[in-house]
Amino acid sequence: MNLLPFTIYLSFAGAVLSLLAGMRSAAMARGVALVTALFCWGITLYAACNFTPARDLQNLVDVAWIPEMGIRYHLAADGISLTLVVLTGLAATAGILFSWNIEERVGEFFAFYLALIGGVYGVFLSADAFLFFVFYEIAIVPKYFLIANWGSTNRQYGAMKLALYSFAGSAMVLVGLLWIYAAGHASGFGLPELARAAATTSHTDQIFIFGLIFTGFAVLAGMFPFHTWAPTGHVAAPTGASMLLAGVVMKLGAYGCLRVAMPLVPGALEFWQPVIAWLAVAGIIYAGLVALVQDDFKFVIGYSSVSHMGFVLLGLAAANPTAVAGAVLQMFSHGVIAGLLFAVVGRMVYERTHTRQLEDLRKLPLHRLMPFACVVFVLAGLASMGMPGFSGFPAELTILIGVWKSSKILAILAASGVLIAAAFTLRAIQVAFFGQANPATPATALHHPYAPVTWPERTGAFLLLAATLVVGLKPDLLLNWIVPSLNSPLMQAVWRGGAQ
Amino acid sequence: MKCILSTIILTPWLGALVLALSPRLSPKTGRVLALLFSLSTLVLAAVAYAGFDATAGYQFVEQHQWISILKVSYHLGLDGMSLLLVVLTGLIAPTALLASWKVDRDPRLFNLLFLFLQGAALGVFLALDFFPWFIFWELSLVPAFFLIKLWGGPGASRAAYQFVVYTIGGSAFMLLAFAALFSAVGTFDFVELAALAHSGALAAKMSGPALTAIFLGVLLGLAVKVPLFPFHTWLPDAYSEAPTGASMFLTGIMSKMGVYGFLRILWPIFPAQLHHASSVLIGLALAGVVLGAFAAMKQSDLKRMVAYSSINHVSYCLLALFAVAWSGSIHPDASVAAFSGALLQMFNHGLSASALFFCVGILESRSGGKRGILDFGGVRTAAPVFAALCGIALFSSLGLPGLNGFVGEFLVFRGVFGLDPWAAAIGCLGLFATAYFLLTFWQRVFHGPQGAGIATFRDLTAMEIATLAPTIALMFILGVFPQVLVGLFNPLVTAWATHLP
Repeated sequence: MNLLPFTIYLSFAGAVLSLLAGMRSAAMARGVALVTALFCWGITLYAACNFTPARDLQNLVDVAWIPEMGIRYHLAADGISLTLVVLTGLAATAGILFSWNIEERVGEFFAFYLALIGGVYGVFLSADAFLFFVFYEIAIVPKYFLIANWGSTNRQYGAMKLALYSFAGSAMVLVGLLWIYAAGHASGFGLPELARAAATTSHTDQIFIFGLIFTGFAVLAGMFPFHTWAPTGHVAAPTGASMLLAGVVMKLGAYGCLRVAMPLVPGALEFWQPVIAWLAVAGIIYAGLVALVQDDFKFVIGYSSVSHMGFVLLGLAAANPTAVAGAVLQMFSHGVIAGLLFAVVGRMVYERTHTRQLEDLRKLPLHRLMPFACVVFVLAGLASMGMPGFSGFPAELTILIGVWKSSKILAILAASGVLIAAAFTLRAIQVAFFGQANPATPATALHHPYAPVTWPERTGAFLLLAATLVVGLKPDLLLNWIVPSLNSPLMQAVWRGGAQ
Repeated sequence: MKCILSTIILTPWLGALVLALSPRLSPKTGRVLALLFSLSTLVLAAVAYAGFDATAGYQFVEQHQWISILKVSYHLGLDGMSLLLVVLTGLIAPTALLASWKVDRDPRLFNLLFLFLQGAALGVFLALDFFPWFIFWELSLVPAFFLIKLWGGPGASRAAYQFVVYTIGGSAFMLLAFAALFSAVGTFDFVELAALAHSGALAAKMSGPALTAIFLGVLLGLAVKVPLFPFHTWLPDAYSEAPTGASMFLTGIMSKMGVYGFLRILWPIFPAQLHHASSVLIGLALAGVVLGAFAAMKQSDLKRMVAYSSINHVSYCLLALFAVAWSGSIHPDASVAAFSGALLQMFNHGLSASALFFCVGILESRSGGKRGILDFGGVRTAAPVFAALCGIALFSSLGLPGLNGFVGEFLVFRGVFGLDPWAAAIGCLGLFATAYFLLTFWQRVFHGPQGAGIATFRDLTAMEIATLAPTIALMFILGVFPQVLVGLFNPLVTAWATHLP
């Protein structure tokens, strides 16, 4: 456990090192990045093996940072953060493997990439709201550069939109936090202290504060109607960055909602619950329907991410232990599955066919030209549809059980979202991979026209597939960490605050 | 013997894995290997049968803790109904694989998907906890989708898509229903849920409307799969576009998964709700019986005709169940007959429908893809062996006494007549229409002047005879000695008819 903070430091050190290595050779930069990511992932797994599930956050580091304001450098972890750091390690490693073919300014690319990862580890391990916020901001900046410099379609627009949405969201969070700090006369930014301070403010204040903080975070989680940055951002980003964006960055938002917004102001939860839940369901259905009619393959996946994150937000809004456990499981599951889908679309298909238009792909029999990509996409698509045996299924089932307890109608609508997910996933599989060859094309032209699948692609795909299968068949691996942490005093306040 | 049920499920999957990992295998070795793995079900079913005690409830039970927060366990068990369907799978699956011997486009993938489908179907028949059951239930769609799509006819992509989206649409609501059930009673186990329903604890824990909503969700999921009228619209396309082997499995086994769900889940857990809904449901089952038969009568495509006749035949099973649910336990004798008829009908329809799909496949392959009812004529003189075997299958499907189909339908009508005479009377319309279109099939294809190109029609090869012969032999055996099967499930259906409300 005590090694976990090193994931943050190592990632930042790796960023500097790969920048330096990139000046000498691209291969060295890649090597440094991969070793760093693997090392960090190793640390998270090692910590996971030695983890004793417990109710409270287990302290890692706690030293005074800005004593005048009571701000501490306080890192801590519980089952929820552990789940998400393990996900981060996996997604980062896989993302680097799928960025192996980047040739342009490699050192800088991986420097930004690892800096982003470092920020993400920091967010998941912070126990002080101010520190949390600092890491959160650190993660936004590299994201902008990754998209703007190495992206594709409409990258300037996508990067700018994403950055503006993120900054607007974090501004709202900051205002909310300062409001508590000032109005509640808090002595510091530790979460229990802020929760105590927030409870002393008036109910109206609490409602405003909750709205600010939750919405600010939910923007990054892709909550309808603030989700529009997500599809454009995902599409513009280079493959490795889309994998991180969907895989872990959207989780930052959801994690902020769960760890900061809900426990700090549980008094306002009852007021906001229906709003959030209805927006979440609207997101599930609306994004699913939009994904059904996209022409760009990557947009289908981008919108599917929004739809799946809707399940996470719905689980959070239900505010009971079952639904929230499901939501955390769904965060992990979506991180893995979305990463896999983006890897196939962005790296395996787009970089070989140079098109993402479904109309063009329809004319190619990709299942024969790229059997490996086809099998991986079919499996990932099944996982994304919530097919039992893959991680999405126990997650969505647990969320539905939890949501049913608070609202039957929402559960029914969310279940219809499962059906829509099946429809758009199958459509993408059909059109993109099982197109018909143009009879005019000579058979010889179809014989291996594309570069073969490389080892980093294979390894990355196997890692992610294995993760979704293992968690799908044995969700207890994660649930045994998650469930105990839902009994912490802060979370119990949430259960009391929510309307059941 | 300790984990024989897991072995039954996993052996076909092991075969699929072996095929997946050996890309260099020659097509022939691959086929033989797949057939052997597929036959394992029959062998293992025989082993289980040797140790099976029909009066003893669930046997060979395996139960292991799986997901703590959802109280899910890996729970398998075998009773008479499961055994019946495992045996049926053990018969149909190798037959369908033999029928697909000629598949030459990527046979390895075909066999791999097929074995995967077989394992999933077996899992459905053996799982006793919703979670593993649903895994098998949903996973069976994946290979079925690709078998239809990649090896099917010209409209296969659309048909496969429609099939899967319909079925998942139903399943989504079933999933939600079980989620709701779990949030009220905290278990997914079919046995525990049935016990709760029996003791009245389920009704005490949930309000009536909520329980009805849950019932409707489960009903929808199962009704699409069977299919129950009016949820059948995916079926004619899917069955007729699928390649022969897949059509055989779809009609033989997959439609039984739905009926099995009705008997294993809906009837024990929601008897009261089923009773309230039964008058409507009887109407729907009758619509399936009658309209399915009349629709089959209007088809000019033989494969679509057999597909519609499947709707008609599986609707008898549901008619029997709904009639029992409607009358409650007033007439135990009639109920036992109805249940026995339903179970026999499942088995018999599996045999006859898959044999008919195989015969249509033969016609199709010999005539270069034609399968219109008017495209043939006088096939009997050109191919007498084929005509004889296909004729037996047709008459078995028609319900001729002496062949297997008769016993099941007779018992269904015997039961339904005792419980709801009007339903039985209307159902007879379906019998007449079935007789009419099957005889038309027989006459147009096998009699009359020889159609164009029929003179060169080759008779069945030894391989094809070997494929069809075991099924045809069983039609005779079961027509004369139905007690072979009835003995398996008689104690079970007697218990169903007397112990439940």
